[in-house]
Amino acid sequence: MEIIVTGIFLGGIYALIAMGLSLQYGVARIMNLASGEMLVAGAFAGFWVYTAQSVSPYVALLIVVPAAFALNWLIYRYLMLPLVRRAKSRGHLEVDSILATFGLSFAMVGIMLAVFGGSFFNYSYLSQPVTLFGSIYGLNRVVAFSVAVLICGLLWYGINYTRHGMAIRAVSVDPDAAGLVAINVTRVSTFAFALGGAVAATGGTLLSTFLTLDASIGIIFTMKALVIVIMGGVGDIRGAIVAALALGLAETFVATVIDPGLTLAAAYLLFILILLFRPQGLFGRRTS
Amino acid sequence: MNRRLLLKALATLAMASGVAGFTTAHASDPIRIGVSAPKTGPLAGGAAVTFWPNVQLWVSEVNKRGGLRMADGSQRPIEMIEYDDRTDPAEAIRNIQRLATTDRADFILAPYGTGLALAAAPIFDRYGYPMINVSAITDQTQTLAQRYERIFFTLGRTTDLAVAVANVLTDMRNAGQIGNKVALVNVADAFGIELAQAARPIFQQNGFDIVFDRSYPPATQDLSPVMRGVKSSNPDAFVAFSYPPDTFALTELAQIENLDVKAFYTAVATPFPSYAGRFGDKINGVLGVGGVNPDSPEFLAYQKAHKEVSGADPDYWASAVTYASFQVLEQAIEGAGGVDRGAVADYIKQNSFETVMGTWTFENQEIQNFWTVGQWQNGKFYGVASTGDLPGAVAPIVRQGW
Repeated sequence: MEIIVTGIFLGGIYALIAMGLSLQYGVARIMNLASGEMLVAGAFAGFWVYTAQSVSPYVALLIVVPAAFALNWLIYRYLMLPLVRRAKSRGHLEVDSILATFGLSFAMVGIMLAVFGGSFFNYSYLSQPVTLFGSIYGLNRVVAFSVAVLICGLLWYGINYTRHGMAIRAVSVDPDAAGLVAINVTRVSTFAFALGGAVAATGGTLLSTFLTLDASIGIIFTMKALVIVIMGGVGDIRGAIVAALALGLAETFVATVIDPGLTLAAAYLLFILILLFRPQGLFGRRTS
Repeated sequence: MNRRLLLKALATLAMASGVAGFTTAHASDPIRIGVSAPKTGPLAGGAAVTFWPNVQLWVSEVNKRGGLRMADGSQRPIEMIEYDDRTDPAEAIRNIQRLATTDRADFILAPYGTGLALAAAPIFDRYGYPMINVSAITDQTQTLAQRYERIFFTLGRTTDLAVAVANVLTDMRNAGQIGNKVALVNVADAFGIELAQAARPIFQQNGFDIVFDRSYPPATQDLSPVMRGVKSSNPDAFVAFSYPPDTFALTELAQIENLDVKAFYTAVATPFPSYAGRFGDKINGVLGVGGVNPDSPEFLAYQKAHKEVSGADPDYWASAVTYASFQVLEQAIEGAGGVDRGAVADYIKQNSFETVMGTWTFENQEIQNFWTVGQWQNGKFYGVASTGDLPGAVAPIVRQGW
């Protein structure tokens, strides 16, 4: 039970990290290697609001979400769209966007280094025990998990049951065909990219309540998100959630029952198995 | 992959050109001192606390009084050339090479971090630069000192740091302050593995029962399974050879799980001011690596200057040692009266130095008296154990609940 609950908590956080990238890569077709930096920027905002203004980091979300949305809108509009326009094929766009966002990640690390300095930032927020099913958990993790569930739920509902969501799914399946049925593909892609960035930054704010971060740690989260998105199947929100939970459970199980030293090995073993037996990801469609 | 390499090269070029404008400026014939250390990457957080503010402080202090005094009576200010090694040994080597050949630095400060320092040591040697290491903790100091005649070590050796922890706990056990069961965890990285390997037999020889013994990979996002395992093994003492992010995480989880041990030890970052900033009085009695004599007038003056120049407090271990290593270089350049690197290295070997850490004399190119274990007591981190009985050590106290 303890393993399952801890694993699900970890998986929920992973899901949130991966969700942003899933939207950006699955819909807007931008493999955003600066996703982790966006997350760290969100974490910085939470840290700053809590330490300098002494209000709850969750209040920071009121600023973080619109700010990250706007910033990512601009990034897509002015940095990515020219690449999208000149790309001859999807593969071409992927290579271009990987290069561009790789550079963007360096720039963002540099900016955060200049603004906040390079030292660790962390704080204690809701660092108290709560008892669930007879075991003790940190309240900050429980709250972060609940918010993550809420956000994942909202996204899932929005994408599957609203008109906008249908447009997003249509672009994700085939941007050219979506254009034929009067969907403004550029607009939907921009929206998905901006939404993805806002979700990543939200994840950062949540993580900052219990993790110790610094300006250049983003790459770790980019890698994790990448693994989850590929495991779940590109462009499938549901797949990302399932893959994230599987990863969280596998890591916690191995850490508790076998050895904490093998968590990374377990995560990558799972990744390799999925690549071997379902190369398109858990819920992915075979590319024709 | 080629594109990635190309990008790396471009990023490096961009960085180099940023610095070039700085180096062509010609002030009153300054002494050029190069430095390459992490500003980004996994070790950047530690370097931002322990290393970079001291570089800033040292340059400011020396230049404030007009610079370094040469044999002919003239004074030469310091011109600092900084590079980021991105916590990448290959990058560190390239930076040192560039500092030696392109920038023609008169001296180069030793990098921050054991792996980076060991990787750079052969390059320092090839170009004949004295290398006064601080954050390079290894048991191979004597092998290296025999191989490289201008290398120096100041912060201590792996085994001494680990053995001291075991000894402090043994003393506390023998005094009846703690029980016999110890839980041991370590980060699965050269530093954590070496310390755990050195400490394990000492605990066993002293009759301790190691009830939990596990490692975890660096950058683990959730350490709750580890802390839960520790808790269920019901130890009397907890020892973690940990790195900064995990030091914070383990301390927080110990509070959440209410791990009630009489002795609680975490390693790197325990002496950081941000550790006290985050956990407040709860950490009274927490043991950690290193230590200083925080009430000595030298340290108090240093702490004040550090705060004024960099805006942040120094940590209670390697910060002051880092600054002391720069003072050694400063006094050796003035003592040798010039920038002859061989003469400066010889001067370091043959003389004593007055530093913020007290009087330093190198024996076999190494400072033999260093702090090994410290403890938070009433808001300050005091040294409780050292090799060679450093003044200012306090007796360890027994920790009371969180």
